[in-house]
Amino acid sequence: MEWTDERFKVYQQLMKEIQAVDFVLVELNLYLDTHPNDQQAVEQYNDYVRQSAALKSRFQSMFGPLYGFGNSYTTCPWSWKEAPWPWQV
Amino acid sequence: MWVYEKKLQYPVRVNKCDPRMAKFLIEQYGGADGELAAALRYLNQRYTLPDRVIGIVNDIGTEELAHLEMIATMVYKLTKDATAEQMKEAGLGPHYADHDKALYFHNAAGVPFTATYFNAKGDPITDLYEDIAAEEKARATYQWLINMTDDPDLKDGLQFLREREVVHSQRFREAVEILKEERDAKRLF
Repeated sequence: MEWTDERFKVYQQLMKEIQAVDFVLVELNLYLDTHPNDQQAVEQYNDYVRQSAALKSRFQSMFGPLYGFGNSYTTCPWSWKEAPWPWQV
Repeated sequence: MWVYEKKLQYPVRVNKCDPRMAKFLIEQYGGADGELAAALRYLNQRYTLPDRVIGIVNDIGTEELAHLEMIATMVYKLTKDATAEQMKEAGLGPHYADHDKALYFHNAAGVPFTATYFNAKGDPITDLYEDIAAEEKARATYQWLINMTDDPDLKDGLQFLREREVVHSQRFREAVEILKEERDAKRLF
């Protein structure tokens, strides 16, 4: 699909939302590694897992898979290998 | 194994072509306290650490790979539009002669990466102390890099990386405390 300015703007906006949610997950993951009994943090973690999955499902339906190796569904033609790669945007 | 995510951990933007800054940033790509050394240090140590701290070391090592990709993206973006003349003026003539614009694992002074930048002593607390020191050194390097650029977009990405070093350092300190607690608890028997 062609990359219009509008499409790129949506890509960037959705990507930013995913990055924000996934950052919380990285931070909670490391925290829970040393505080495994913090129930509030565990609840927060699970809540953000759901948010991340919903955002990624939306992103991938528009811009193709975020994961290879069986962690995302794919369309035909195989679009995993298509640009843009993270360092190009 | 690892699963690649087609995204950066945090957005990397740069305001302008700046090969001189790229030359300095490569310190965190292939330098002694850089992200490659960090990722390899932790991912290598984890095999022989006690179970209670493997998770944190494994996961910080994994996050370092994401930081390596961010640094590479900064270097790539700062140099991709540079001419040979601009590379030369920025002090990257020797790099250009050997690598063109390809990234290479060396430090800001051009010294190639070496495994001697990190250790694996097999003594868990010793290894974790090295990790804490590594994070603090990387934090300091990010500060020096931030001091050398006036590009607000680049500063933003570097500040994110600097803050992550602080968090990692704190988590490693907690890991040390977990091991000390375990050690002292055993003494009571």
